[in-house]
Order: sequence, then C-alpha cells, then structure tokens
Amino acid sequence: MTSAGAPERSGTTRGGGTLYRGDLGMWSWVAHRITGVLTFFFLFTHVLDTALVRVSPNAYDAVIETYKNPIVNLFEVGLVGAVLYHALNGIRVMLVDFWEKGAKYQRVMLWTVLAVWVVVMIPGFYFMMERTISDLVGGH
Amino acid sequence: MSLALDKPRQPRRPAARRSNGELYSWLFMRLSGLLLVVLVLGHLFIMNILDGGVHKINFGFVAGRWASPFWQFWDLAMLWLAQIHGGNGVRTVINDYARKDSTRFWLKMLLYVSMVLIISLGTFVIFTFDPNISN
Repeated sequence: MTSAGAPERSGTTRGGGTLYRGDLGMWSWVAHRITGVLTFFFLFTHVLDTALVRVSPNAYDAVIETYKNPIVNLFEVGLVGAVLYHALNGIRVMLVDFWEKGAKYQRVMLWTVLAVWVVVMIPGFYFMMERTISDLVGGH
Repeated sequence: MSLALDKPRQPRRPAARRSNGELYSWLFMRLSGLLLVVLVLGHLFIMNILDGGVHKINFGFVAGRWASPFWQFWDLAMLWLAQIHGGNGVRTVINDYARKDSTRFWLKMLLYVSMVLIISLGTFVIFTFDPNISN
C-alpha cells in the first residue's frame, strides 16, 4: 500500500519517464508521516493530562501550568505547525486522489500548501507567543 | 533444470481470501481527515491562539466549555476520529518498517491497546465530567 496517496506518477519527467523517488513529492510524503506520527504521540499525552479534570481542579491546573512554560510554549508552536502542514497536505492528497486534475497540479498545490503554511504561521507564532515573550522581556 | 517462477502479478493469496479492508481504511483516512481538519484546527485556534492562547486554560475554562453539549460532542468526535485516524496511520507505518513478523505483531498490539485505553479514558472523562468536583 502506498499510503497517504504518494503520487508515484507525478514527479519530474526525466528521460521520458517520471520520477518520484527523491523528488519534492516524496519529501511531502515523508513530512506527512513524521508530522502525523508526532501528533499521534502528543495526543496520547494530551488525553492523559486532560483526564486530570476528573481527578481534581488542582491536579489539572498544576499540569496545565507546564503548557505555559516558555519552552513548552515554543513546542506548542511546533505542534500547531506540524498539524497545520498535515491538514493542508492532507487536503492536497485528497485533491490528487479525487480531483481529475489533481495529479497534474500536485506540485503547484505543494507550493500553495507551503505558502499558506507560512502565511498562517507568522501571525500564529505571534499570538501563541505574545504573552510568553512579553513576560520574558517585560518581567512582572 | 527448470526455474520455478511465479507468473507476473500472480496473487500471493487466492482471491477468495482477500478483503476490502485496506480500501475502507484508505477511504476512512480521507473522510475522517476532512472532518479532522475542521475539528482539530478549530480546537487549536480556540485553545492556543484566541483570547490569550494557552494562558487562559484552567479547570474553570474546561468546565465552561463542557457545560455545552456542542463542545462535548465536538471533543468526543475529535477524540474518536483522531485516535482511529492516527492509529490507522501508525498501523501503516508499522506495516511498512517492521522487519520481523513478531515485531510487527507486538507493535500493533501495543498500538491497539493504547488506542482502546485512550478512547475509553477520554470518553469516560467527557461523559462523567463534574464541574463541582472537590479540590
């Protein structure tokens, strides 16, 4: 099974054939796997920490404080970046699979995915880190 | 001496034993993925970006959200879909990279046990949440 809709036939044309291996399309698939697996592992932890609401408000609040630590806050930006890439590239994979012109435009769509990712992540980074940075710079 | 070669594209198993499981798995990834784009990106936007981001989150914030059946259902759907979507993805990754059958078997058992544990725990917490629980 070539999972995640790896577009085998839509790479750069070389010598009359098509190339997938080592091409940009392959790396989009590699990144899709890595971001997916990382997010799944985070989800395991995240359901466990949220389950503490069933133990006591203090236990939950104490663990949620960890998420407000500046370093962990930076990891959250990484998590949002990973999920956003996985979501955008997932839409691209669906378009390659179900849209008749999907395979033809897969490369353009990958650049679109990356462009949208950057455009969203810049204000995203600002709003996610705003409080942390002002605390670090301005003190209390 | 004759060479015993399979015919090209000869199926390894008789056709009768093959199932459509992988087709449904493939389709599920796309359908659940579409829903998860909305559920997860919405969740991340509300929790990490809107209104002070992660700093606003505490027990009271969770209690306020889960007072509404809408957000309870949102989180329940997200929990189930994300676990099955992610678990199915990791299953594919295990199938691709595990080299020994025993490794593949045990990794998948570990995966399935963790999926059942997380789905059960999360569902239990959403349905039995008590905003007036003592400190």
